[in-house]
Parts: sequence; structure tokens; C-alpha cells
Amino acid sequence: MALEQADVQRAAHLARLGLNEGDAARYVDDLNRILAMVDQLQRLDTTDIAPLSHPLDATQRLRADEVTESDQRDHFQRCAPAVENGLYLVPRVVE
Amino acid sequence: MQWETVIGLEVHVQLATQSKIFSGASTAFGAEPNTQACAVDLGLPGVLPVLNEAAVAMAVQFGLAIHAEIPEVSIFDRKNYFYPDLPKGYQTSQMYHPIVGPGVVEISLDDGDTKRVRVHHAHLEEDAGKSLHEDFHGMTGVDLNRAGTPLLEIVSEPDMRSAKEAAAYLKAIHSIVTYLGISDGNMAEGSMRCDVNVSVRPQGQEAFGTRAEIKNVNSFRFVERAIAFEVERQIELLEDGGEVIQETRLFDPERDETRSMRTKEQANDYRYFPCPDLLPVVLDRAYVDHLRETLPELPADKRARFQNELGLSAYDASVLSATREMADYFEAVKDACGDAKQAANWVQGELSGALNREGLAIQDSPVSARQLGELIGRVIDDTINGKAAKQVFQALWHGEGENADAVIEAKGLKQVTDTAAIDAMIDRVIADSPAQVAQYRDAEPEKRGKMIGYFVGQVMKASRGTANPQQVNALLKEKLDALC
Repeated sequence: MALEQADVQRAAHLARLGLNEGDAARYVDDLNRILAMVDQLQRLDTTDIAPLSHPLDATQRLRADEVTESDQRDHFQRCAPAVENGLYLVPRVVE
Repeated sequence: MQWETVIGLEVHVQLATQSKIFSGASTAFGAEPNTQACAVDLGLPGVLPVLNEAAVAMAVQFGLAIHAEIPEVSIFDRKNYFYPDLPKGYQTSQMYHPIVGPGVVEISLDDGDTKRVRVHHAHLEEDAGKSLHEDFHGMTGVDLNRAGTPLLEIVSEPDMRSAKEAAAYLKAIHSIVTYLGISDGNMAEGSMRCDVNVSVRPQGQEAFGTRAEIKNVNSFRFVERAIAFEVERQIELLEDGGEVIQETRLFDPERDETRSMRTKEQANDYRYFPCPDLLPVVLDRAYVDHLRETLPELPADKRARFQNELGLSAYDASVLSATREMADYFEAVKDACGDAKQAANWVQGELSGALNREGLAIQDSPVSARQLGELIGRVIDDTINGKAAKQVFQALWHGEGENADAVIEAKGLKQVTDTAAIDAMIDRVIADSPAQVAQYRDAEPEKRGKMIGYFVGQVMKASRGTANPQQVNALLKEKLDALC
């Protein structure tokens, strides 16, 4: 399946990336080359091979359910562009 | 045309952990904004999530409670979308390998019947923060305290056929999670939230109709109302030759309607992929077996035991097993008085009435289970009659006396069973009521039964309610009939 410019624009929108026409055309080529490589991989017989969700041959460590973090709001909010009453302020979003 | 409603529910349950699913920040409700949002919850660069063992254990306990398969391996995926209350730009969730596989929930219906609703799966994920759209100079305020709170999303099969069944299913889930103690189940505080998938199809048709997903349905009552509105809307649309479109709708409890909502992301293109920051979660059998052993008696089992072993009706058993607090209270009353039926009547009658009037939960009852059990014991052993028992209950409710015996003593409510004393009162009442005695004598014998009520009332009044009514009745009949 080859991508077209509209697919790339759509993916860019979903990822909130701004692309100009020239960028988009270049990405169509790049991404299609990547997909061609995937197509090549797809030709391998993977019957009886479990899907790999993580490259490390390890399992998730679990932590005990304890509160270990203290309030560092002032520290974190120093790098926020706008705060008020302890809230982070962002451009208005309404559903 | 006859239409059939088809309903599936997605229930989000906040798990009652102390800390978040991937960080050590507190999950306590009601803190100052952003004081419980740490670097991991904020999605700052360079942080790594570490999974909370208690969240895993709670999810598995739920799975065991609904007789679900617990797969050995489960995997976290990223669900990508942009919204300010989701600082990472993705929600860590489980798409392809959830922690709980297919299971089944038994629901009880009003007519005492039960029905099995299949659960497709349940998965772990993190909650988002909260956006506040009040006036912040045209901006939106974001509180990320809730971000990262562990959620168990329980996805049912489309097995429900009416709003009532959907509400019963939600109640069953509520009951299971609160029995297990894995959530406080507080819907008002958002600890349990529900999305409803509704469609209609002509009766007898096998294929499902197009469904709408209703969000923001956050009480048992709203589930019924939202479904009732949506079903009517869809049927009307179809009967007018229209088509239902697959969309997300929002329930507005104030206007009692659902309305179309703009979607967060066009066509729900969430681009799931395995989260590289989290390794596969592997649960060994010993761990799962250990959790199975720690499960408490669950609502369905308790209901069955109340019915089969204690001889309660299906209705009583269902009401009394609805919450763990109710069931524990009832059982303590039963143990204290030794009579399950009396205990059931008092808990559902006098006690529930008083609790409802004052808006109290059973665990906050001013009358303890022990006090109520002892009071019932005094009715059973004939120390007091039913009327006096209600007085004792009121006294205990208002803190007038340590226990039933103390109140009975202080108020002189001990039932008079001394025949001589009752005889004397009866003789006085008969002597004081010549007109009524004459009427009684002149009446047809079959009408006399009703007329005796007047005399019983007078004697009870003379005894200030302490005479044994059955005894009064029998003695009166004897004495009056002797006059005829």
C-alpha cells in the first residue's frame, strides 16, 4: 500500500506537526520507502513466533503502592507559561 | 414495528490505591490543584513509569470475581490523542493484551430473575486530569491531580436488552468492586464512570443496528434516563426513514437528553502501539492463586446463601446483599438476635426508613447492629411487644440509653404478661364502657370479632402499650362472651 500526500497530511495533523507542501512531498517518498521495507519483512513466515512487544527479554518490575512523591507544584510551575490558582492555563479548549 | 434495544457498557472504575498507577504521587481526592501531580504525571522529559503492584492485584481480583481468564502476559499500549488534560499526548492503556480476559457478571432483575452478562475484557489504564472551562481570561485551567490515577475499564458484551438491565449490570459491577474493596465506587466523585453503547434493531433481526456511544453517564438513574431518551430518538429516526450514525453523544441530565458531541480526534484514530517504556507484565500462577484465596464472599454468593441457608425471599436477599456494609450489618443483627427473618424485616423496615429520612449510610447508623439485634431479641423473648420495640428503637436512635434493656427499664416498657394485672385492666374497661358492651352483646356473633378492637385499644391504652396484645385479645373475648 503506497501512501499519498493526503495520508501524510492527515498523519501530520494527528501528530500536530506543521508541514509545508515541499516537506509533505519528501515525507511521502521517505515513508513509502519505509513501508516497502516493512512489506519485505511481511514476506517472512512468522508462524509460531510470538509477537515481540518489547526488545528486552525482561518483564515489568512492580513497585509497592506507597506515596513517595511530595508536593513540588511551585517548582514545576516555574517553567509553565501561565498559571493561576494552582492551575496550568492553556489556550481555551471546549468540546 | 417492534424494536429491540441492544446495550453494552464500558465502566471505568478508579482503583483504591494510595499512589498512582505509574508514579508515587498520592491519589487522594480533593487536594489543592496540581499538588499531587509529579514529574511522571506531568509527562516531563526523562521520566519513566513504574507499575503499581496494588493496581495489578486489584485488576486480577476483579477478574477472578467475574470468573474471567487471567492471561499470563499483559501489555501496555499508548493511545495517542492531544488534549490539555493528557500531558504526555497519549494515554497509557491496554489494547491488545488486557490484564483480564472474558468473564461473566450475574445481574438480578426486579422480578427476582437473574441474567448473565458477558464481560469482553477489562484492562488497566491511567486517568486523565481535569479541564476547567470557567473564566480564566479566555483560557482553560488544567488540574492534573487526577492524571495517572489507576482505572480499570470493564467492557461488556452487548448483552443487555433494556435500560433496567443496564442499570442492574452497573449496580452489579458497583457491588463487586466495593465488596472487593478495590474502589470506593463513589459515582458523585467520579470513582465510577460509565459510557453506554446503544442501538436498536427490529425484533427478530440478528444483525445489530448502528450504535451511538453516550458519555458522561454518572449515576444509576442517569443510565436509565439516557438510554430511554436515546432509544426513543433512534426509533423515531428510523421510523421516519432516517439512519442512525455512529457517533459519540453526551448525556445532559438537566435537559434529560443526549446530544451529538464533537469527537476529540477525527474517526478515533488513536494509533495504538506497545508502550516502549513498560515491559510485558507477567503474572505467575502462584500469584494469581494467592489472590484467589484472599477473595471475600461475593454478592452473588452471599445472595444465594441468604436465600438458601437463611430462608430469605429473593427480594430480601438481593437488597441485603447489595452492599458489603448492608450485608455485614444484617449478619451482625442476625447473629445478635438469632432470627434471620426478623433481622431482615427490621433492617429493611425501621432501620432503612430512619436512615433514608436522615440521609445516612448504614455504616453511619446511630443504632449499632448489636443494639438492634438485642432489641429484636427482646421482642422474640416477649419482654416487649412490637409497638414498644419501635419506641425503644427511636430512643436508641436518639442516643437515649446504652442498649435495649436500659431503655425498656427506664421507660417502663416491659410487657405485662401478668394475667391478674391484665384481668384487672379488662374489668375496668368493661365496667367503663356499658354502651359498647351492650352493642357487642346485641351484635351477630360473627361481627363481634371486629368489635373487640375497641376494647383491645382501651386496654392497651390503660397499660401504656405494655400489655401483650395477643393475651389481651384472648382474655377479652373470654370475658365479653361470658356476658352474652
